Amino acid sequence: MTEFLTGLPYLPLLILATSLGIAPVIFVLDDAHARARTALNLSAAAIKVALVIWLSWQVAQGTEYSLQFEMLPGLDFALRTDPLAVLFMALSATLWLLTTIYAVGYLEKGPHRSRFFGFFSICVGATVGIAMAGNLFTFLLFYELLTLATYPLVVHRGSAAALKAGRLYLIYTLSGGLMLLVGTLWLSVLAGSTEFVPRGIVVDLTDDHAGTLQIIFVLLIAGVGVKAALVPLHAWLPISMVAPAPVSALLHAVAVVKAGAFGIMRVVYEIYGIDTAQALGVTGPLAALAAVTIIYGSIRALGQDDIKRRLAFSTVSQVSYITLGVALASPVAAIGALAHLIHQGLMKITMFMAAGNLAEELHIKKVSQMNGVGRLMPGTMLAFSLAALGMIGVPPLAGFISKWYLASGSLAENADWVIAVLLGSSLLNAAYFLPILHRAWFLPPSGTTDSRLPTRPKIGWMMAGPPLGTAALVLVAGVLANAPFSPLEWTRFIVSREYTE
Amino acid sequence: MIPQIDLAAIDWMLVPVLAPLLGAIAGFVLPRAATAAGMAGLGLSAVGSAAITAQVRTGAAPSTAIGGWEPPLGIVLAADGLTAAFLLLTVVLTLAIGTTRALTPAPARGAAIFWPLMLLLVAGLNGAFLSTDIFNIYVTLEVAALAAVGLAVLTGSAAALRAALNYLLAGMLGGVLILLGIGLLFHAHGRLDLAGLAAVAGSAPSDGIALIAIIAGLALKAALFPLHAWLPAAHSNAQAPVSALLSALVLKAPLYVALRLWVGVLDPATASGTVLGVMGAGAILWGSVQALRAERLKLLVAYSTVAQVGLISLAFGLSAANPAAIAWTGAVTLMLAHGLAKAAMFMAAGRIVEEVGHDRIAELDRSPRRPTLAQFSFALAAISLIGLPPTLGFAGKWQLMEGAVRADAWIWLAMAMAGTLLSVGYLSRVLVGFLRFDRVRGAVGEHQGWTLADGPPLLLAVTAFGAGLFATHIIALLAAGAPLGQLPGAMQ
Repeated sequence: MTEFLTGLPYLPLLILATSLGIAPVIFVLDDAHARARTALNLSAAAIKVALVIWLSWQVAQGTEYSLQFEMLPGLDFALRTDPLAVLFMALSATLWLLTTIYAVGYLEKGPHRSRFFGFFSICVGATVGIAMAGNLFTFLLFYELLTLATYPLVVHRGSAAALKAGRLYLIYTLSGGLMLLVGTLWLSVLAGSTEFVPRGIVVDLTDDHAGTLQIIFVLLIAGVGVKAALVPLHAWLPISMVAPAPVSALLHAVAVVKAGAFGIMRVVYEIYGIDTAQALGVTGPLAALAAVTIIYGSIRALGQDDIKRRLAFSTVSQVSYITLGVALASPVAAIGALAHLIHQGLMKITMFMAAGNLAEELHIKKVSQMNGVGRLMPGTMLAFSLAALGMIGVPPLAGFISKWYLASGSLAENADWVIAVLLGSSLLNAAYFLPILHRAWFLPPSGTTDSRLPTRPKIGWMMAGPPLGTAALVLVAGVLANAPFSPLEWTRFIVSREYTE
Repeated sequence: MIPQIDLAAIDWMLVPVLAPLLGAIAGFVLPRAATAAGMAGLGLSAVGSAAITAQVRTGAAPSTAIGGWEPPLGIVLAADGLTAAFLLLTVVLTLAIGTTRALTPAPARGAAIFWPLMLLLVAGLNGAFLSTDIFNIYVTLEVAALAAVGLAVLTGSAAALRAALNYLLAGMLGGVLILLGIGLLFHAHGRLDLAGLAAVAGSAPSDGIALIAIIAGLALKAALFPLHAWLPAAHSNAQAPVSALLSALVLKAPLYVALRLWVGVLDPATASGTVLGVMGAGAILWGSVQALRAERLKLLVAYSTVAQVGLISLAFGLSAANPAAIAWTGAVTLMLAHGLAKAAMFMAAGRIVEEVGHDRIAELDRSPRRPTLAQFSFALAAISLIGLPPTLGFAGKWQLMEGAVRADAWIWLAMAMAGTLLSVGYLSRVLVGFLRFDRVRGAVGEHQGWTLADGPPLLLAVTAFGAGLFATHIIALLAAGAPLGQLPGAMQ
């Protein structure tokens, strides 16, 4: 017994507990104890960031924690802290802290805050579980937990529109979850394991079961593709924008879609192995689907006047950069894909928080109302602009780095068509983001004469700070891309594991 | 220093039957002390069940011949892993339901008679779980059925009386069918102990008819589609703790017996497995559609039981039709999961009705009163019934689906998936209302209306939610004593 206790991987378990463990306490602390609740929530988030930093240091030194016990005969509940897990955990931990600060400011005096922050914590706990899952079975558990815990957040406002969006969200994600379940089940029967192993577990089966493996691949990718918003499984994402801004920011721009993209990585790299997947002929169609999604999302974003919907379609497009980089089967493109997991998260969360500030303080929800907002809310719009330029791929911002690696990877693989996709997408990015910047900075505020500006709204530091913080990270991740512990350096570390012979 | 008691030296086999029986008698004689006598009876029965489970886990196959009479004449009580699992389910559910009842202000009607009836029910069920001959099983099932009918009429409303009458008739008809089968078996083989029957079953031409009669009788008692018509009214019109008992526990006894006979004794042909599967599929579809249409909360929960019995039957059929499928442990896991989740759900529904004042699903979200804790329990139980990870329902469904994949039985897999999606459909009708507030007139706060009585359903729901993580231990317990190979009480 004592051996069992000393053998427990306390660090990963603590990281999981910082969000899953505090959720019940948050549920119980009602508005009369709002200060205690906020203090608990923020300190848990801060502790988590510290723990993840410590963990990443340990993992960089070569330590790997793992926890494993049998849940069903032959199927283990397994947690493991490989570098890929740390990458995703670092993203979710950092952004959880910033978004929680933002959400406290944003939801000030709103109803049902205990419920909101409780489920918010469970969501972040689920993403940590997804990151640390040591096999597809455990991944599935946390993937479904994420679905369940996000639903109350999507319908948080409790209006008819929110419930309609929630219903669609559930239909999509639970159907996807069922696909994933069947795929996982079939895989475990066929391969006898669902463990994530660098270079995959199905190499020996390709001769006899190629057809079955292709079907399972489709099932698994369909399952995780729903959350990654791959066309045609993306319709839930724009509609879910009815949720409060912090939810759109952290969950729909980062956690949920990234859980899907992360799942695609695990399936391609560590269930099938990139060579086996290529041999089965499944990476080509996946790359094509990702390319279609990139272009489709960008084109649809052009036509949206609602700011959050435009951002949502942009997310559809941008997340598929990750899928594209994975499917290209080039180590360099893979670096770009993994870096984009972080970079896109930083950029998109900035834009959603900025959009939330506009909606909350100026009641501006449409692009056409944004004339002159740069003068009214310069800090917020500065953050927004940096992120938008990063999305377009302007050097030296973070988005440029990922696009650069994606492009050089596809050149190395002689996949020239990808360059066309990337260029086209960047042009489209510019076409839907630059007009916003133009309106915000160069046009006078609508409804006022030029000489007199309406007074600037006073937003608290809790809402003003986080987008500026993440915008600064966008800049830092780009400028210091080659520094140790930058997202880019870390992804090189990971890719060296997946691709070394 | 605590004195060491050798558990194996004590004969625990009679305790789970006699303790509740004595509790029932005490409660009947002394109505004022009914609650105390009832809880004492349940507690003692819990100790006995736990001790038997401990013995089963060590690999011993405990058995007792009452009065020293051996079969075929005497009555033998015996336990293996399967028995232990159901004894434990009974303990957990009855303690939770009893505690809820004790914490709730007693309703005007039937307050005194509730405890004796419930204890009699427990004695009957435990007797059926421990019995090793089929006539004894029949008798104990009938005792349980009569007590259940008594509980169902406690509300005293006209609807409840009508429903209970149908319940009684269905139970009696089922009993008659079982007795007919037993008569045929006894006529052909001259013995009724399961182990003896297992050796000779199938050798007489009438065995096929006997099997059909017994399984039909059990299907009627278990409300397997299309023999389910009595269930929705009987379960939805009873008091909440009674609904929980009927739906979560009483229904499991005929299913348990069916599993014992079906896979262990009577060696069914493949075709009959398919029949059970088809009936199960019908139950899933019909129960789900009716649950989608139900206007009242408790009726919806009752129809979900019809669908869930179908899912369990699907697992039965799969085990029988494809021996390669390892689905019978899935069937048992589903039964245990349904027991925990459905008891939690009925009691939570009862609390919601109590707070809100009505159980019309469409108008639940108009109420400014929200019993948050009961709603939370309801939601957790719903997640387990749907079969999302990591719940016990998920563990059961996973085994069922794994069996289907191993046996290449894709239609069965598709049915299990359809059942999952349908259950999302009807349960979300209720869950969505919990989060909706735009139709409420007046101010709404959080954390309204919770009482101590919310505790037991919450515990049950949390257990159903989390127990899936430890499913491998449950399955190991089921395999102890090789329940389906060597039967309890087999006297070599």
